[in-house]
Amino acid sequence: MSVTKTIDARDTFCPGPLMELISYMKHATVGDVVELLSTDSGSANDIPEWVKKVGHEMVGTEQVEGVWHLKVRKAK
Amino acid sequence: MRILVVGGGTAGTIIANNLARRLGPETRAGKVRITMLSASDRHMYQPGLLYVAFGQMAPDQLYRDQASLLEPNIDFHVDPVKQFKLDKNQVVTEAGKTHEYDIMVIATGSRMVPDETPGLTEGAEFFYTEASAVKMYKALREFQGGRVAVAVGVPHKCPIAPVEVMFALNDYFKSRGIRDKVHLKYYYPIGRIHTIENVAKWAKPEFDKMGVEYETLFNIREVDAKNKILKSEEGTEVNYDMLIVIPQHRGMEVIERDNMGQGGWIPTDRYKLTMNGHDNVYVVGDTTNLPVSKTGSAAHFQAEVVAENIASIVKIGAPVRDYDGKVYCFIEAGHEKATYAMFNYLNPPDLKPPSKPMHWFKLSYNQMYWTSVRGLL
Repeated sequence: MSVTKTIDARDTFCPGPLMELISYMKHATVGDVVELLSTDSGSANDIPEWVKKVGHEMVGTEQVEGVWHLKVRKAK
Repeated sequence: MRILVVGGGTAGTIIANNLARRLGPETRAGKVRITMLSASDRHMYQPGLLYVAFGQMAPDQLYRDQASLLEPNIDFHVDPVKQFKLDKNQVVTEAGKTHEYDIMVIATGSRMVPDETPGLTEGAEFFYTEASAVKMYKALREFQGGRVAVAVGVPHKCPIAPVEVMFALNDYFKSRGIRDKVHLKYYYPIGRIHTIENVAKWAKPEFDKMGVEYETLFNIREVDAKNKILKSEEGTEVNYDMLIVIPQHRGMEVIERDNMGQGGWIPTDRYKLTMNGHDNVYVVGDTTNLPVSKTGSAAHFQAEVVAENIASIVKIGAPVRDYDGKVYCFIEAGHEKATYAMFNYLNPPDLKPPSKPMHWFKLSYNQMYWTSVRGLL
C-alpha cells in the first residue's frame, strides 16, 4: 500500500487534523491513501469515527514517538 | 534587489509597507525596488462583511483606495498575475507585462466556491462577499420565522465566523421580537461544535443558553434548493426555511493553473514561510497550505515575519525570525460582548469570559485595521 499524500497536521489547533483531512479528501481520487500526522490526542478517535461515518476506510493507525500516523483510503 | 509582492490584501499590503519603511534609504538610493501587483484598486476590510449581513455596517464602510494605503516608494499596479514563471524568476500579468524579481511574496488570498456544491448557490445565503452579505441581510429582514440552518463548508476562511454568526442571529431575531418563532440549528463538519477544543467547550453551554441546537460530523454534500433540503456527506438530510452557509474556499485560480498547489494552496515551510523548493519565494496568508487558520490575523503576523526577514536579507544577507504559528481572533459573543482566541503552533487558546470592553475593542479595531495594513500597528 503506497501513500498518495502525507498531511502534516502536527502542532496545530486550527483548523486541526480532521478539518485538514476533510479538505484533502474532497480533491482526492477514489483509491488514494492519505497519511495524516497528528499530535492531537483526540485524532485517534475522531478521525476513525468520521471515516466510518462517511464511508471511507481506515488502513492504519499507529503512534510513533508521540505522533499519530493515521492512514485513510478514499472509498467513494 | 527587486522585491515583487503579488496581492494587495492584508498580508501583501502589510509586507509592502513594512518593507518600504525598513528599506527607505535603499529604495531612495535605487538599490531596492518594491513592486506590488494587485487585482483591485480598492482594499476591503473583510471581517466587516459579517456586520453588513446584519445591517450594522454599510458596504462602502469596508473599503479604502489601495493606493492611499501604500507608502510612496512602492511601485503599485492594478494588474493581477496571469502566469508564474518560477524557473525564470518572472511573472506575466493580465495586461501582458513581464515583471522580474529577486524575491517574490505571493499573497493572493482565497475565494469562496459555493458553485462546487450542487444547489448551494441557489439555496443558501452567504456573507463572504459584498453582494452575498447584502443579499443575506435582505433575506434576514424579510424572514418572519421558521427553521434557520447554519452549515459549514471545508476549508473556509475565518474559522470563528460559524460561531459568531449564531450569536449574531440570536441577537438579531431577539431584537426583532421574533426569536420564539425561529428554530436555530448549527451543523459542523467535525465531532464537536468548533475545531478549537477550548472554543467548542466555551461555545457549547452558550449555545444551550441561547436555545441553539447543533449536529456535528455534518459535511455539506448538496442542497435541494427547490424543496429546501440540505444533504450531508454522512447521509443525513435537513429541512430548512433559511439556509446560511460558511462556504468552502479555494486559493486563486492562477495558483492551480500553474500547478503550484492543490486547491490553490501553495506548499509552504511552516516556520520560514518560503515556498517549498523555492527559497526566494515567500507565501503568506490564505495562500499557504499551512495547517493554520485562514484569517487576517494569521496573515498579519506572518507578514511581519516575512517583511523583517526580507529586509534583513537585504541588509545582512540572512533572515532573522521564524513564524511561530501565532493567530489572534476576536470572537463576537452577542449581547455586545466579545472574547478572543490567541494561540500558536504549541500553545492552545485559553478563552476568557466575554466582556463589553473586548467588544468595544473589536469595534475600535474595525477602524484601527487601516492603521494596521499601513504597517504602523
